[in-house]
Amino acid sequence: MREWLMDDSPASRSQAAAGRAYRVALDLLRNPLAVVGALIIAALILTAIFADAIAPDGPGGQFLDRRLLPPSSDYWFGTDQLGRDIFTRIVHGAEITLQIVALVAIISAPVGLLIGAISGYFGGWVDRALMGVTDVFLSMPKLVLALAFAAALGPGIENAIIAIAITTWPAYARIARAETLTIRNTEFIAAARLLGASHIRIITRHVLPLCTSSMIIRVTLDMAGIILTAAGLGFLGLGAQPPEPEWGAMISGGRSFIYDQWWVSTFPGFAIILVSLGFCFLGDGLRDVLDPKSERN
Amino acid sequence: MTAQDISTSAIGGTTLALARFVVVVALTFLGLLALTFFIGRVIPIDPVLSVVGDRATPEQYEVARVAMGLDRPVIVQFFSYVRDVLTFDLGMSVSTNRPVAQDLARVFPATLEMATIGILIGIGLGIPAGVLAAANQGRAVDQIIRVVALLGYSVPAFWLGLVGLLLFYATLGWVEGPGRVSIFYDGITPVVTGILLVDSLLDGDLTVFKSAFSHIILPASILGVFSLAYIARMTRSFMLDQLSQEYITTARVKGVAEWRVIWVHAFGAIRVPLITVIGLSYAGLLEGSVMIETVFSWPGIGNYLTTALFNADMNAVLGATLVIGAVMIMINKISDVLYRVLDPRSR
Repeated sequence: MREWLMDDSPASRSQAAAGRAYRVALDLLRNPLAVVGALIIAALILTAIFADAIAPDGPGGQFLDRRLLPPSSDYWFGTDQLGRDIFTRIVHGAEITLQIVALVAIISAPVGLLIGAISGYFGGWVDRALMGVTDVFLSMPKLVLALAFAAALGPGIENAIIAIAITTWPAYARIARAETLTIRNTEFIAAARLLGASHIRIITRHVLPLCTSSMIIRVTLDMAGIILTAAGLGFLGLGAQPPEPEWGAMISGGRSFIYDQWWVSTFPGFAIILVSLGFCFLGDGLRDVLDPKSERN
Repeated sequence: MTAQDISTSAIGGTTLALARFVVVVALTFLGLLALTFFIGRVIPIDPVLSVVGDRATPEQYEVARVAMGLDRPVIVQFFSYVRDVLTFDLGMSVSTNRPVAQDLARVFPATLEMATIGILIGIGLGIPAGVLAAANQGRAVDQIIRVVALLGYSVPAFWLGLVGLLLFYATLGWVEGPGRVSIFYDGITPVVTGILLVDSLLDGDLTVFKSAFSHIILPASILGVFSLAYIARMTRSFMLDQLSQEYITTARVKGVAEWRVIWVHAFGAIRVPLITVIGLSYAGLLEGSVMIETVFSWPGIGNYLTTALFNADMNAVLGATLVIGAVMIMINKISDVLYRVLDPRSR
């Protein structure tokens, strides 16, 4: 198996792809922080999938006889103002967080990639117009822009995702454009053009695949920011709505009794930090492995 | 070509560069206006309904719609919006019943005050931390500083604010709680600059100054942590670039003291790029202040924005967004210009 993966002259595309993935994985394993990051993300995904098995009680309900209990062996992270177990709610919140980052990435990365590639490939006024729009978005603070969009669209998790995606794509467009500019004048693109390939084919089959690795790095590094923005929107009441166990909204829920029942707001914050750090570590590691231009220190 | 010709063409070049700069800034502002205008248009709340109420007859509704100018083509509406903004007319705030522009002028100094102290903390700690990390690359100090810097990217600002209040205000009692000054002193200082720390000193009232200082230090420090993370990270990477250059080796071989190599030779070379970094993080603090101000009930633009959000006060939301965006563009452009003026290679 290992020999098949490390073969210098792969017999098929899939073998080459698998071999490359294997080598990237090997490189990542040598980077301790990246391994920690990957483990955190894996734990997040597993928690989201098996939330019902880990915390069978479910995140909802009202148990007024056990309100605001401090952390104990029964309630690891204590209970909140409605008597709900905070640990249970954090576990179930993993799914919401994962959903938000996944959807934002799925919406904004392809949009940014396509706009950037078109901009860089065609150049001229197309480039100037598209990059002008991109720059306007980039010149705005992301959080403020997301707040304004979320306010205009109305509170709710779907609108929060849309608002964050709207503020995220411009950075990807910039990267894709920069990559495309270096690829555009290479000989294999000229060869493809001479063979009669259409613009669409060149962009989708030849340019975009080469942008993906820098895109993966950037998206992973951005995940932390996306999680923080989503939590911020939830905190302000513009994201996920109660009783959804969204971490930012949970922090907001404990805000009025932070001085007496510190655990209600504190623990969801640790969950946010842990997951954001995980994405940062993994993103840093991926950059070292996938981007040969970056310094390895 | 005579010396005369060269200097005229240099002036011509500068004028051209200046003109191009002005056009770029103007276009960016126009784009920003288009963006806020667009956000105002996608809002699902019908602006006419909010004025006439839902019991209005179709005729009354139509009259109000025409009166508000909403029957005109979108492009005409956009240009009248641009004209309004250029004359500092941002509409009325539904919640405060005052012009939004007036509200913003009142709250902005409070944000400026906090962000400025925040950036000073960020510079004061971030630059030495970054230099220290680079000089000790790979050692424990470096790892600790790197992890702290990464934490700055992973900790929610509002959460850190709450925990800071819990720790330093409620538990340790080192600082004052939310708000800008104790309620006993609220409103007794004559407003000159709008910056309370300065105004109280101008007034010669040290008790107010002390109260204001012990209110601002916690939120400003928390803001500072976020700029520290970015500044330290960038300083470290700039320094590493410099320290691997041959002139550094030459200096070391010549026997120059290590502190001199680091702080005079290498650091001297990164001062200019650091200006851009500081500019960017100063602008970033405006963003951070939205969350921090909400947590600390700080009467600045961020708090104004989030309060307006809850009251569905769209004029105020868009006005605040516009001002924050405009300030951000301005800081970015100023740091661009400074970079060009200070770095001879970029001319």
